[in-house]
Amino acid sequence: MLKRLRENKSAQGTLLALPTTIWMFILLILPLLLTLVISFGKRSPDGEVIFTFSLDNYIRLLGFSSDCAGGQASCFDPLYMQILGRSLMLAFNTTVIVIAMAYPLAYFIARADPKRRNTFLFMVLIPLWTNFVIRVYAWMMLLRKEGAINLIIGTVAHWLGINFVPLELLYTPGAVLVGMVYEFLPFMILPIFTSLEKIENSLYEAAADLGASPFKTFLRVTLPLSMPGVVAGTILVFIPVMGTFIVSDILGGRQYILVGNLIQRQFLDARDPAFGSAASLILMVMTLIVTYFYTRKFGFGEEIVAA
Amino acid sequence: MKEFAVELRDVVKKFITPEGNELNAVDHVDMQIRNGEFFSMLGSSGCGKTTSLRMIAGFEWPTEGEVYIEGKPMGHTPPFQRKVNTVFQSYALFQHMSVYQNVAFGLEMEGAQKEEIKKRVMRALEMVQLIGMENRRPKQLSGGQQQRVALARALVKTPDVLLLDEPLGALDLKLRKEMQLELKALQQQLGITFIYVTHDQEEALTMSDRIAVMSKGKVMQMGSPAEIYERPRNRFVAEFIGESNFLEGQIKSLSANEASVFIPALNAEVTGTPASEGLVHGEQVFVSIRPEKIHLTEHSARLNTFEGEITSTVYIGSNTHVVVHIGDVRLKVWEQNRISRLEPSSFYTIGQKVDLMLMPENTLVLKKD
Repeated sequence: MLKRLRENKSAQGTLLALPTTIWMFILLILPLLLTLVISFGKRSPDGEVIFTFSLDNYIRLLGFSSDCAGGQASCFDPLYMQILGRSLMLAFNTTVIVIAMAYPLAYFIARADPKRRNTFLFMVLIPLWTNFVIRVYAWMMLLRKEGAINLIIGTVAHWLGINFVPLELLYTPGAVLVGMVYEFLPFMILPIFTSLEKIENSLYEAAADLGASPFKTFLRVTLPLSMPGVVAGTILVFIPVMGTFIVSDILGGRQYILVGNLIQRQFLDARDPAFGSAASLILMVMTLIVTYFYTRKFGFGEEIVAA
Repeated sequence: MKEFAVELRDVVKKFITPEGNELNAVDHVDMQIRNGEFFSMLGSSGCGKTTSLRMIAGFEWPTEGEVYIEGKPMGHTPPFQRKVNTVFQSYALFQHMSVYQNVAFGLEMEGAQKEEIKKRVMRALEMVQLIGMENRRPKQLSGGQQQRVALARALVKTPDVLLLDEPLGALDLKLRKEMQLELKALQQQLGITFIYVTHDQEEALTMSDRIAVMSKGKVMQMGSPAEIYERPRNRFVAEFIGESNFLEGQIKSLSANEASVFIPALNAEVTGTPASEGLVHGEQVFVSIRPEKIHLTEHSARLNTFEGEITSTVYIGSNTHVVVHIGDVRLKVWEQNRISRLEPSSFYTIGQKVDLMLMPENTLVLKKD
């Protein structure tokens, strides 16, 4: 039998792919199917799922409700659509800011002396050694009314003799944005760095040789050749920001709700897994649509792997 | 137009090695490269040829001395302001652009009109026989085709001087030989000065009007291919270009075009031509003679003739490589196979006694360093 396996290349392939396939089936396909089934269900009065086929959860997500105040038969409340829109905007803003911050830094590291390059990369990675949640709490400490930032500004103001009322930094949309940018910055720096580092020095020399100034070289050679890194980084940042609930939970306060928080609360607080499942699937579909159009325009950043 | 397209005056380039030592990659080099000339810098890796080329292009700046292009000192002029273009060893093609875009890049940087660009790009592509490939990506081309794109990209700028850094190094032998002739023809047709860096002596001899043989950052000799091959001025050049037999001896008599050297190993005097500068009477020297320039005869009693014994013969088609021992002295002799025969001539059998004749004009007297 072993001998036959040795000769049969396709059987070898199947065998090698088997563990991953089983793993993916149990932990990805099965839960997804379960979520899909539950999302068509209903909540029983005591918080159990009643399996049935109803589109109520999706209709509710779109903002139409069958029982609303004022005794109307149906009414429209775009709350959930607003939450989705807010998440989308936040993910977009975070990604743009992260690109703007990560690109220059990645460029700087890629062109640094190879001996110092590793030190810089190490510094980028160090925060990732700490737990995600703890890092968010650290920002809470910084942004609080009595936090480090207010303390520093207050001290300087006092010194200059200016009256200073501590700023309300925590529990604002800005705090969530800062937290997201901070959490996901390394995931943008690394792919951009990788694509920039791959650009051979002779290409810069060739551009200069052909009459391109350093600025034109950047626009015509550096930027296009590093796009795969930007694309890969965007995918790595945009998708998780869409779904994360911890940052908004800790830095945004109870009023600031993103899709992630909505889903989390359906499962834990509201005890309505059916509605939570529907929201999860809507989030997934939305993310897929955005990613689809994005990758159709820019590719997957695959050249980063292929080159 | 100035007489010299490019001039290097007393140029030194120092590098710091990873161990922290200072190294003169280019060590007080003087070079005058004439307009319209095919000039080669020849040497093994680390001899300073590529660094010299990069200083002309502007990628490196001299530590000391000055590079002149068309008579103007370059100082710290950046590459994009020099009227020279480079064909890189790795081609350095822009992978995100088509062949057309690669070639057009340099013209766009000049701010040329679209129509003008199109005309010139197509002419350049025609020159390197790449018509029909405009829309391909460099990755879809063979090595030889990529090389042509790199050439077209540089030539389309109509530079005064084209710098070529081992442009044929990555091609296979047959293609390389073809491209050598093509490059030479192109250079003659365009009349542009070519400065060509190579470690391949045959390539340099085939293509160049003049060659600078370099070693350890210094120019060992500069001259036409024939001068370099026939009149090497020192042992390094005689050894680096082609092959040579060397005999150690002492000058016994010396005039402007003749020197007599006593060779202890032969216990005889050999008459030769002084090739190094500054030879003096009584100096310890090398006598150098190329294997193809030794005549094997049966019995003759002429000047510079020694009796030896054949100790090995190797048939290589056009030639037979013979090793002759005169006592302990071993000499390589290459005899042309002028007559077609299947069995080796009885003349070239091991143990055969022969007379070797070293013609004085082929026998060069070289300084010992």
